[in-house]
Amino acid sequence: MRNAGVSIEEQTEFTKVHELVYELRIQQVMTKEVLTLHPENSLHEAKEMFRVNRISGAPVLADGQLVGIVSIEDIILALERGEIDLPVRERMTAKVVTVRADETVVQAVNKFAQLRLGRLPVVDDQGRLVGMVTRSDIVRGLLRAIDVDYRQEEVARHRAQHVFEDLVSDRTSVTLRYTIPARDLTRGGAASSQIKRALSRLGVAPREVRRAAIASYEAEMNVIIHADDGGEMTVEIQPHQVVIQAIDSGPGIADLEKAMQAGFSTAPDWIRELGFGAGMGLNNIKSCADRLHIDTGPGRGTHLYILIFLERHV
Amino acid sequence: MNLREIAKELSLVPVTAEEKLDREVTGCYAGDLLSCAMAKGRRGDLWLTVQSHANVVAVAVLLDLAGIVVTEGAALEAATMARANDEGVVVLTTTEPTYPIAGRLWALGIRKSE
Repeated sequence: MRNAGVSIEEQTEFTKVHELVYELRIQQVMTKEVLTLHPENSLHEAKEMFRVNRISGAPVLADGQLVGIVSIEDIILALERGEIDLPVRERMTAKVVTVRADETVVQAVNKFAQLRLGRLPVVDDQGRLVGMVTRSDIVRGLLRAIDVDYRQEEVARHRAQHVFEDLVSDRTSVTLRYTIPARDLTRGGAASSQIKRALSRLGVAPREVRRAAIASYEAEMNVIIHADDGGEMTVEIQPHQVVIQAIDSGPGIADLEKAMQAGFSTAPDWIRELGFGAGMGLNNIKSCADRLHIDTGPGRGTHLYILIFLERHV
Repeated sequence: MNLREIAKELSLVPVTAEEKLDREVTGCYAGDLLSCAMAKGRRGDLWLTVQSHANVVAVAVLLDLAGIVVTEGAALEAATMARANDEGVVVLTTTEPTYPIAGRLWALGIRKSE
């Protein structure tokens, strides 16, 4: 089946939130300390309870069983009609929609949306009240879960930093390979973003990460813009240096000296209109690299060899 | 000053990653050539440009910019929005050209970083 009009990026983004909504259980996000009312309490007492505790609704319990729910809207109506002294049982909603504590958050999300409710009582498998869940509980729960993911990312980074200590050899290095697609500007920067993340995780100093990111971005864009068949980028990380190589079988560079001059570009007009082809690419690479070697010629493709020394060894 | 305050002062419309609007802006770069932005942009900068295709997001990610202001009412492509949301890059839009926006940022005390 085709997903008309939905880009890959949109799909991935959708998936991330979606996964969490299906993973998190209501018991993980609900409020457990719940203030409850008795059917014989007056609506006036309910109003005071809402006001003092700054809540907007409460379940009604009789002999431990959930028999109804009262919301601030019920109170407002009662005030308008002069019924504020009536007992809660007279004006509560008796048919209560509930969710179970072990259900996933998506069940609550669906009920909120379908029934336009603001809060739902949470019950256990015996139907006993164990908590309440509101939309903001869910938002908070999702944010917490995202934060946990973020911390796991930090842990992963910590682990990656030890690669060079854990794996002992005479000369250890980590090599990353990326395929660069031809002419696909929307994917431009994908490889260099991943390179940037990998270097950070391996513990490369921020200033050197930045230099590697800029150099690899420019190299990546050059391949995308100029090479008909795309190309490949490899990054070899050694404890004391990073070597970035970009290889393509594109048209090659006829006059390298000229190409190295700031402002010189052979990019077509449509590319320039998008802000590329400023004639700064190789220049930027050069200023970020400790060594730059370019092997190229008309019809020979281009092989960029970029070396960055690491002051702080990884 | 953070992105939210700047957006309010300059009537910029946040269109992506609104959860990141509390990020502090420490400088600014104005210009439409990506390689120049790459060379001169600094971490925490706000980048003013008329470019609205997805690659501006890549530049913002690589430089860890505070955000992007797409000026002159350039329409944002769906791919740009998706990528910016995915990467957590704040994109603000305005119908004003770059120059007055830059001027007002300067008046607010935002200078070139470093």
